[in-house]
Amino acid sequence: MIENYLNIFINAIFIENLALSVFLGMCTFIAISKKIEAAIGLGIAVIVVLAITVPINNLIYNFILRDGALAWAGLSDVDLSFVGLISYIGVIAACVQILEMFLDKYVPVLYNALGIFLPLITVNCAILGASLFMVEKDLYFGESVAYGLGAGVGWALAITILAGIREKLKYSDMPEGLQGLGSTFIIVGLMSFGFMSFGGIIL
Amino acid sequence: MSNYSEILFRPVFKENPIALQMLGICSALAVTSKLYPTLIMCVALTVTVSLSNFFISMIRNITPSNIRIIVQMTIISSLVILVDQALKAYDYETSKTLSVFVGLIITNCIVMGRAEAFAMQNPPGVSFLDGFGNGLGYSVILIILGTIRELFGTGTILEYEIFPLVQNGGWYVPNNFFLLPPVSFILIGLIIWALRAWQKDQIEEPEFKMSENSPEIIPNPPPTPSSKGST
Repeated sequence: MIENYLNIFINAIFIENLALSVFLGMCTFIAISKKIEAAIGLGIAVIVVLAITVPINNLIYNFILRDGALAWAGLSDVDLSFVGLISYIGVIAACVQILEMFLDKYVPVLYNALGIFLPLITVNCAILGASLFMVEKDLYFGESVAYGLGAGVGWALAITILAGIREKLKYSDMPEGLQGLGSTFIIVGLMSFGFMSFGGIIL
Repeated sequence: MSNYSEILFRPVFKENPIALQMLGICSALAVTSKLYPTLIMCVALTVTVSLSNFFISMIRNITPSNIRIIVQMTIISSLVILVDQALKAYDYETSKTLSVFVGLIITNCIVMGRAEAFAMQNPPGVSFLDGFGNGLGYSVILIILGTIRELFGTGTILEYEIFPLVQNGGWYVPNNFFLLPPVSFILIGLIIWALRAWQKDQIEEPEFKMSENSPEIIPNPPPTPSSKGST
């Protein structure tokens, strides 16, 4: 049992890394990776939000939306899966808002550290993407916790590595047109090739 | 009139959403290994961004500004659900290939970005054009990527054979490298380089610049006479 969870966790970090294997959350990934401190802050925020929203969306999918899930309410032939998208994004927006208020009141240190990144996360496709992949893989509740956590850790790892490389590269002398965005894309491409070598790991 | 065409075509090369504004990159990468799904994705995004701009602009005067994000989200996600359901009904195979990426149009920053930056300040007709132009800008990059990757990866364009393959008696050995997802990153990097070589004003200033060699330092000091005298 524990191997199953561990396998999902490791799989989500290395093999199906949200940023480097399925390319989600790219906009923030590239925009916020100039400084390593900012990258770590955003990474932590993504881990927290993914670890909360993926399990909640899993509950919503399994008990309300999926075909025949409303049997407990006496509506066994209702299929609401087509409103999935709007419910997941609603859950994510609400969670981020609640988390922001909670942190502001009870953990101000973390709130100040995360700063602007929390509200930004609502429109990060990594968060919605992880929920959609969770539905596609048809995970149980326990598995979805492991998946959400692993996906967050993987994304945070990737953005921290990229920020480290970019901090070193700012002293390099590169062609004018490649300055900034162009070189970042090529670096991410090479990192992504590196992560492909993890493919096939089974615990 | 030129004003309208300006709004429509400026986002294609001058302010390309992918190459300059770093918006909507997420889906640009994973769906471009074949041209056909790429085209479907471009149509889906263009329809969504034009209509969402149109509707958001229509209600811009009655939307309270503190809940505008959630109002925009609701409009965008309803449109995406429509696109997703239409695709499932008429082209199920492609919708399987695109998997979660149609749903991810909701969080595609182009849609949100244009709603915030343009549709909230401008009347519906112009906003529609702006959305359409940004959809075109996105499509241009995606179609270039999809064409290059399909042509060199499998020797075909839209399943029609351009380079005859070796296994069919031709001369082209397909380069599977181009079908790997990370290649699209490198190709986008090169497209940006090409675009910036043409549109010079898009070049970013480097944070640190290497200083020129100062004239006092002589690169190759002449040999000292003592080494010659030893013979």
